Amino acid sequence: MPKSFMPLAVVCGLMFAVSPILIADAPYESTMGLVQKIFYVHLPSAWMFLLGAIVCGIASVRFLFRGDPRQDRLAWAAAELVVLFGVLTLVTGPLWARKAWGVWWQWDVRLTASLMGWMVAVAYLLLRKYGGPGSDKLAAGLALFGMANVPFIYISVNYWRTIHPTTSVVPTLPTSFGVPLWFSAATFLLLFLLLLRMRVRLEEQRARVDALYLSMDA
Amino acid sequence: MFAHIVWLVLRKDFTIEVRSLEIAYTTIFFSISCVLVFAFALVQEGRAPEGGAAGILWIAIAFAGTLALGRTFERERQAETLRALLLAPAARPAVYVGKLLGIIILLTAAEAVLVPLVALLFQAPLFAHPFWLVLILLTGTIGFAAVGTLFAAMLVRARSRDVLLPVLLYPITVPVIIAGVRATATLLEPEVDTGVLQVWFALLVCFDVVFLTLALWTFEPLMTD
Repeated sequence: MPKSFMPLAVVCGLMFAVSPILIADAPYESTMGLVQKIFYVHLPSAWMFLLGAIVCGIASVRFLFRGDPRQDRLAWAAAELVVLFGVLTLVTGPLWARKAWGVWWQWDVRLTASLMGWMVAVAYLLLRKYGGPGSDKLAAGLALFGMANVPFIYISVNYWRTIHPTTSVVPTLPTSFGVPLWFSAATFLLLFLLLLRMRVRLEEQRARVDALYLSMDA
Repeated sequence: MFAHIVWLVLRKDFTIEVRSLEIAYTTIFFSISCVLVFAFALVQEGRAPEGGAAGILWIAIAFAGTLALGRTFERERQAETLRALLLAPAARPAVYVGKLLGIIILLTAAEAVLVPLVALLFQAPLFAHPFWLVLILLTGTIGFAAVGTLFAAMLVRARSRDVLLPVLLYPITVPVIIAGVRATATLLEPEVDTGVLQVWFALLVCFDVVFLTLALWTFEPLMTD
């Protein structure tokens, strides 16, 4: 583990302690009121969800064409984070939607595509767990198709008429909303990186143990 | 050269299939029973649920397709012929395209039975716009089969492949199925909105292009040990 891991973990913990205060201090949104505050959790987790899918996809492509096992471990770690942050996104989204739109779920393009992206990540993990030998390459192929979904999720709100807010909302946010949002996003990003590092390390250790077993047999 | 290998792979699969017609008969019979199950479940007092026909048609195609994909490659595995096929001095993408064409032809045969059956049981005017229907079915089938052929080929060597194929295939192909269902549903309306139809059709073509490109690109590294 790099030396900076523990200090960064402490920083991340502190940031998670501070961000609720910032969120509480942010002004109420005029139409939605209190319920809009979930936005500061929903959006960062959705970003991490997409980031995870991109990391998983790129690492998978590199593994597929270069055969570097480190990329494979990175892809696996990222896929688990896609599932984790996907759950956060898919739970906070409907909670907000219930108040803002009056329904828990709407089969619009972005919601459907996000759900499918999340299901691809779950399928990836199922494949890694139950696919047996050779499933690493298979999973890499799956991740590639899963990544093709990401730009689709991102642009979908701009091209289809849906009730989900578009991507133009964030750059036009006033500072009073922007500061807690970006702080929260930074916190989530740090958590993402720390978890990714930890998970990759676990796989590295596992690979090392496997190599030791093999060398004992030889 | 590429086209020749595609033709050889297709002819090989066709020759084997014609001898027993095992996959064709089982797939078509399975898709028929699938539609019948929906008819028993949904048609009440002779009235079909409104707007259900498009969805049922595509679900039956997806289910039958999954079955056919699994069976086609199971045959290659049992006879250990996939290795021989991959050892042949032929471009891997050509082998893939040959396999894909075989699946598409098989699914088209299944659809030729499914469409009249769904039209009959669910009182859907599926034959009102035959040209559009053929286009939508064809593009949808290509998109579904493009991913399916790749995944089924990859899964040949995996454990628990029977259950993993649908688990991997459905989340990826859901966009194709949604577009297919929406386009078919638009066709079934009394006043067909051509604009909406064109959007869904364009989306289907997009998915076909993306999936085919990705599959051709990754088939070679995925099928290499």
